[in-house]
Amino acid sequence: MSDEIKVDVKMDLKGLACPLPVVKVSQQVKKMKVGEVLEAETTDPGAHADFPAWAKSSGNEIVKTVKEEKSAKFYIKKLK
Amino acid sequence: MDAGTELRRISEELEALKTGTKNKLSMIVFSGDMDKLLAAFIIATGAVAMGLEVVMFFTFWATPALRDKKKKVGGKDLFGKMFGFMLPRGAGKVKLSKMNMGGMGTAMMKHLMKKKNIASLEEMIALAAELEVKIYICDMSMGLMGFKPGEMIDYPNVEFVGVAKFLEEAGDSKIQLFL
Repeated sequence: MSDEIKVDVKMDLKGLACPLPVVKVSQQVKKMKVGEVLEAETTDPGAHADFPAWAKSSGNEIVKTVKEEKSAKFYIKKLK
Repeated sequence: MDAGTELRRISEELEALKTGTKNKLSMIVFSGDMDKLLAAFIIATGAVAMGLEVVMFFTFWATPALRDKKKKVGGKDLFGKMFGFMLPRGAGKVKLSKMNMGGMGTAMMKHLMKKKNIASLEEMIALAAELEVKIYICDMSMGLMGFKPGEMIDYPNVEFVGVAKFLEEAGDSKIQLFL
């Protein structure tokens, strides 16, 4: 399997603080189709705990996390 | 509705039957302090993101936080006028529970929040409205403090209720909080 992930939607959440990153991601994922991938970039340090928690209770999957210098990119696959 | 969504709905219903609870959060918002109100709205909007239905029940000191600063109503008795004058006129006027320092602390906190891009209480209320968070306002608190429905904010899902209505909602909620 290749490391390349096909991204369907990108979201720039840089600068936003709790609870906005997780609220915006959940709203966006609702609009997407099952199997599609969202790339969400955030500077919120809490996101490293919040996104996995959100994914677990909403039944979606974080397929990859990339840490950048000042932000992190989460690749979220809609499963439900 | 696709099969996955249908399956999710069925498993949620089954869970509800087993535990007698719904995917719902019921919150009593009692405090009129800015910091506690902010926490209440952060939890409420976060809960919607987590897939929960959210009900907030505003009572006592939290009630004036939902006044609309632009609205004025007449026909109040002396005590109603006094409460109206002494209690904050809306979410923009509430103070911190600690380090208010005659309003200086609250002003500093607001400045800092803006700088750090943290949503203000007014913005959080607007977000809650957008996310369809239900707000109940305690009828008795309204009457006690002499507030009238006409001076409260225009909120899409607001109702004036008594304690039984809140308890009915809390009874089948997975999570109940008091702030």
